[in-house]
Amino acid sequence: MEKKIRKSASDAAQKIIEWGEAEGLQTCFDRAQKLKPCPIGETGACCKNCHMGPCRLVGADAEEKARGICGATLPTVAARNMVRMIAAGTSAHSDHARDMAFTLLAVAEGEAKDFQIKDVRKLYKVAGILGIEFGNGRPVNDVARDVAKMLLDDFGRQKGFINYLNRAPGKTQERWKKWGIIPRSIDREVVETLHRTNVGVDHDPDHLLLGGLRCALADGWAGSMISTDITDILFGTPKPVKSEASLGIFKEDEVNLVVHGHEPTLAETIVDVVGEPEMIAYAKSKGAKGINLGGMCCTANEVLMRHGIPTAGGFTNQELGIMTGLVDAISVDVQCIMPAIAEMASKFHTKVITTSPKAMMKGAVHIEYDEHKSKEIARKIVKLAIDNYPNRKAKGSHITDKFPVIAGFSDEYIQYMQGGRWRGSYRPLNDAIMAGRVRGVVGLAGCDNPRVPSTGLHRYLAMELIRNDVLIVSTGCGSAACGTAGYLTPEMALENAGPGLREVCEAIGIPPILHLGACVDNSRILTIASAMAAEGGLSDEIGGMPAVGIAPEWMSEKAIAIGCYFAASGVPVIFGGESPVGASKEVTKIMTEVWFERFKGSLHFEPDPEKILALALQYIDSARGALKLRKYEPGRFGTERVLMDMAARREIERAGGKPHIGI
Amino acid sequence: MSKIIASAAISGAHKLVRNAEEMLTKAITGKGEAYQFEFTDTAFYLPMIYAMTGFPVKTLGDMKIALQMAKEMLHELPEEHLWKPYLGEALDSGMASLFAEEIWLACRYILGMEPDSDPETGYVYNGFITDTIQRNLGIQLVDGTMPGFAAIIGAAPDDDTAVKIVRELQEKNILIFLSGNVNGNSVTKQLLRKDVELGWDTRIVPLGPETEHTLYALDWAIRASLIFGGKKPGDYAGHLKYQKDRVFAFAMVLGPLDEIIWTTGAGAINMGFPAVADSEIPVIHPTGVCIYEEVDKELDHSKIVQKVIEVRGLKITVEKPPIPVAYGPAFEGERIRKEDMFIEFGGQRTPAFEWVRMRELEDIEDGKVTIIGADWQARYEKGGSMPLGFVVDVAGRKMQKDFESVIERKTHHNINEGQGLWHMGQRDLNWIRISKAAQQAGVTLEHLGHIMTTMTRHRFQSIVDKVQVTMYVDEKDVLEIQDQARAAYKERDQRLGSLTDESVDTFYSCLLCQSFAPSHVCIITPERLGLCGAYNWLDGKAAYEIDPTGGNQPVQKGGVLDTRYGRYTGVDDYLKKSTGGQVETLNLYTIMENPMTSCGCFECIVAIVPEANGVMIVQRGHQGMTPAGMKFSTLAGSVGGGAQTPGFMGIGRNFIASKKFLAGDGGIKRIVWMTKNLKESLRDVFNQRAAEAGEPDLLDKIADESVAEDSEKLLEFLSQAGHPALSMDPMI
Repeated sequence: MEKKIRKSASDAAQKIIEWGEAEGLQTCFDRAQKLKPCPIGETGACCKNCHMGPCRLVGADAEEKARGICGATLPTVAARNMVRMIAAGTSAHSDHARDMAFTLLAVAEGEAKDFQIKDVRKLYKVAGILGIEFGNGRPVNDVARDVAKMLLDDFGRQKGFINYLNRAPGKTQERWKKWGIIPRSIDREVVETLHRTNVGVDHDPDHLLLGGLRCALADGWAGSMISTDITDILFGTPKPVKSEASLGIFKEDEVNLVVHGHEPTLAETIVDVVGEPEMIAYAKSKGAKGINLGGMCCTANEVLMRHGIPTAGGFTNQELGIMTGLVDAISVDVQCIMPAIAEMASKFHTKVITTSPKAMMKGAVHIEYDEHKSKEIARKIVKLAIDNYPNRKAKGSHITDKFPVIAGFSDEYIQYMQGGRWRGSYRPLNDAIMAGRVRGVVGLAGCDNPRVPSTGLHRYLAMELIRNDVLIVSTGCGSAACGTAGYLTPEMALENAGPGLREVCEAIGIPPILHLGACVDNSRILTIASAMAAEGGLSDEIGGMPAVGIAPEWMSEKAIAIGCYFAASGVPVIFGGESPVGASKEVTKIMTEVWFERFKGSLHFEPDPEKILALALQYIDSARGALKLRKYEPGRFGTERVLMDMAARREIERAGGKPHIGI
Repeated sequence: MSKIIASAAISGAHKLVRNAEEMLTKAITGKGEAYQFEFTDTAFYLPMIYAMTGFPVKTLGDMKIALQMAKEMLHELPEEHLWKPYLGEALDSGMASLFAEEIWLACRYILGMEPDSDPETGYVYNGFITDTIQRNLGIQLVDGTMPGFAAIIGAAPDDDTAVKIVRELQEKNILIFLSGNVNGNSVTKQLLRKDVELGWDTRIVPLGPETEHTLYALDWAIRASLIFGGKKPGDYAGHLKYQKDRVFAFAMVLGPLDEIIWTTGAGAINMGFPAVADSEIPVIHPTGVCIYEEVDKELDHSKIVQKVIEVRGLKITVEKPPIPVAYGPAFEGERIRKEDMFIEFGGQRTPAFEWVRMRELEDIEDGKVTIIGADWQARYEKGGSMPLGFVVDVAGRKMQKDFESVIERKTHHNINEGQGLWHMGQRDLNWIRISKAAQQAGVTLEHLGHIMTTMTRHRFQSIVDKVQVTMYVDEKDVLEIQDQARAAYKERDQRLGSLTDESVDTFYSCLLCQSFAPSHVCIITPERLGLCGAYNWLDGKAAYEIDPTGGNQPVQKGGVLDTRYGRYTGVDDYLKKSTGGQVETLNLYTIMENPMTSCGCFECIVAIVPEANGVMIVQRGHQGMTPAGMKFSTLAGSVGGGAQTPGFMGIGRNFIASKKFLAGDGGIKRIVWMTKNLKESLRDVFNQRAAEAGEPDLLDKIADESVAEDSEKLLEFLSQAGHPALSMDPMI
């Protein structure tokens, strides 16, 4: 008998997978085993941009000699494929952001009565950044309207620059300017990128990739950042909440409704609606004890961060959730919704409800969402779930494993937690990095992937990194992977973090992995890195920080867009899996060495998790070296004291407002 | 671990806010919400609340509003397992505690419960620290003689340990605040039992018997950024950064910690002040809120002082002469009463003088102390009194005749800083006492000489290469050499009199205050001393020779731009550069246009009284009203912080009798009001100046607080007295 292959690193998931196998249910894990990736397409060597092809640029010396019908070289083809992914990823986040901006506008104009501006402080912060007048008796809705309109300009502007350009450190902006990659607007960059990859347009790989970076920056510093900001304005800026994660969150005796996908607006309304007494009474009338709302994928992260709604996990858990037999309805919108769930649901009592006018699926009920009548629609969905509760059958892999999580770390709260209302800043974190307590910071993000033991690379890297005194910020399904592993607890720091990181976590009371939100909230990392640069003592731009981005199990094009905007902003990024540009040495070199020289960021692909870890630590240590920080040595840290006499104190001001730090 | 600290800080804050609310309700029940309150002699309301929020608490009703702000900073306790982050919440709670303590103490003042006193001994604690004391300390805060501030909370395990710790801090020149208690025992009581002299003079200031009284020290600290730092009320980030970077305060907790200590400590940590305890406590080592550790421990009492100093990041260099008693500015303020005195010199009781003279290098044997007089040892050991001619010979390659007086003036500090040694006066009007305790500790006559040689070399390192002291104790010798000394004094005075702004081509800047007031620069000229009164032109010159990169820099006068107002190209260039463009130009001889800026530790304030066409002068510490309609403390608020404020200026006392005093505005004839204290202390020099200015009776024509505290009465007095200002050109 062949050796059993572990398909998920999560015990709960693995149990369901095994149960499913016994039941003859097919999941993405089985399909991943059966369907190997096409080796030509996997490495970027396949061009199907026109119908003379598809052309396979393979063979010995393909880099130099292979040509497509039109004469395109392998580097051209690989680069084109890459930037198409960037454009697709950017369009996804940014279309989500566009919906958020329209919702804000509708709220400001009184057309979406089910929503309010929940976080006026954040609205004013954004207004301040945009130079919009606020306070002094100006109505909040007027401010919100101006903010929404100004941010909507970021989609269709033809000339000029994105609104948030100045949120990046000056030096980072200079690099963008020098290489001509300051984005003008989201739609324009996406369109131009797609245009360039059309047959017979842009053929210079470096030029193509620079165009791709401009598009990616529009994702990070416009689309994603806009989405994060507006979501905070409408639903509140996250601060830590306690909740639970994993497939065991479903309740036997309650109506289980799952919100899955990415856009938070409907999910927020569902959170409101499930608490309504009429709804609870209705559920009871159907024999349930109540309504249990759970999240999945990034919608889960949004409602977890703001309301403590438990998460059933990330991307690869969606079929498994249905297989518990406990899900009465799953409401989905856009991005990362496997079409397989409708098919899986058909084998159980579960109803799949599609809600986005952009995304439909056969076998699902479609209840189209409209922010102007949000509650009405939300109630319909909840009722549908309740009505389906009596149809629940005994069939299913009922799972009880779940883990506690502490989630909800925004830039605003991270500053607060380091000094409270009066002294909040990044000074303590910068100090900790300088003193070698914290070796560096890693953004652990991206998808989970059935091609590896799902969530397993996240778990391995998370554990190893914190043992090496690296503070982790996580987003998207990276957060879900850590959450379902039980890693998002403060005790994790005490039990597993290196001695320096542990001291920092203990002082503040945090887990060693900070859950920053959904994949769109990777923009929070840009904000944090900019603030750390401004705080001083480390690099004065995002580039050069002892920080690395890792997406070990990525699969979505959105991940590529994110990886590229981090690279262009100055963060070395390491993706797992085979390289989608691996066929071309030139493109690989551009994305690693050339980008690093220009932007101090890069995008690597490395399937071996141990090598990912080694490369990340190497980047961190060499950044420490370049910044002349104390050499990292586990367990040996501390601030070198510079004792101040009177003459030294007189020099504080002349030191140019640099922080008074004893290093 | 930190969670224990956070939990204590959070629950302590809840308790303090409740206590404050109870006390406030009591006060309001008795006095009503409209009842007005201010702490003694401060222009800053409830200083902590004012600095952090910009909200001026003026009444009991205002305190209710402020207490609400504190309530908004309260948080839930972190849970046992799976806790949410607690540091930010604990620090907020600490600030809530400071607000609550401030309100609690204010109400106690209203109810007559403050300053507290000890029922057993009757000892009255200091209570709230006034603005005046803050400003009085000015120069010491910046010249290194008071490099740090310790708040000791609790009680040492025994009286001797308390004394040991306090003495060690004193020897390191640190100002000590005492508060709190351990089961009723406290460092204050321990020191009282050991007859240690307490008070500002010895730098040991008992604030009160409870932990909450520590707030007085924090209230004192926060006023440094208001007064010297020029930070605006409500600019909490500016204040707290200033406190962290520039106010080198720390807490030492002796004995067990309760939640009130923890939460008050959390408040102090907001200000960047760390705490070190002498017991087994959890620690917080990561840095960033404080510069170094936030909370640490040191169980060994012989090491705890060194530990706190390191934790706060203080560098202290102390030079101690080889004498058998403690030494340092903290011992300068000790008094030696007649019954405690062993022997005295001078003071009109015996002939005495002190004289520093410049010699050639080869004529001096460095460090040599000679005593000349028959049977001097036996006479000293008998005690009582003795004549003393104290001749200090100095030599050095960079020594100049002008520096003799500078070095000689330091004799006062040099001798006085010895524990059990006391000095006052100068030249041939000096007076020295040695206490019985000092004599018993082994202090001999020679030690006075050793102090002078050690300290002169230390203070004037690069000027003085060799110092030798000769002491004459036979009356005949003393009188004979005194004549030579007097001739030297006279020669010096003549030289000083000939030093005018016109006769030199270099002025000196004084940047000493920049450790506290980063945007202020003093320009010191021969005829205008520093506004703190501590540095004159010769001091500046000597200081520059000692340390060419130090706090006093030469300023080339350059060309004259305005003779009447005293504006020089070199001065303007220097200021532009050294203030980063904040001050573009300076007029030395007028108050009306681009006058000198102030750090905050000025001895006096000159302020225009437009109705009287003149100016008034009030000195620091005067608590009454002035014709400008403001008390000193309020006036001072509009002068400090390095900004030029036409019509207002901080000055040193002795500048009043200078020929250059407001020379461009009409000179001393513009003075229409001046406190009695100033009038008396300056009478002789002032009258001389007035006569030169053609108004010999001017002093009598100037009003003081006994005749006018408002402009109406002032005008009445001036017109009756026929004050010249009334008929001078309009000032404005």
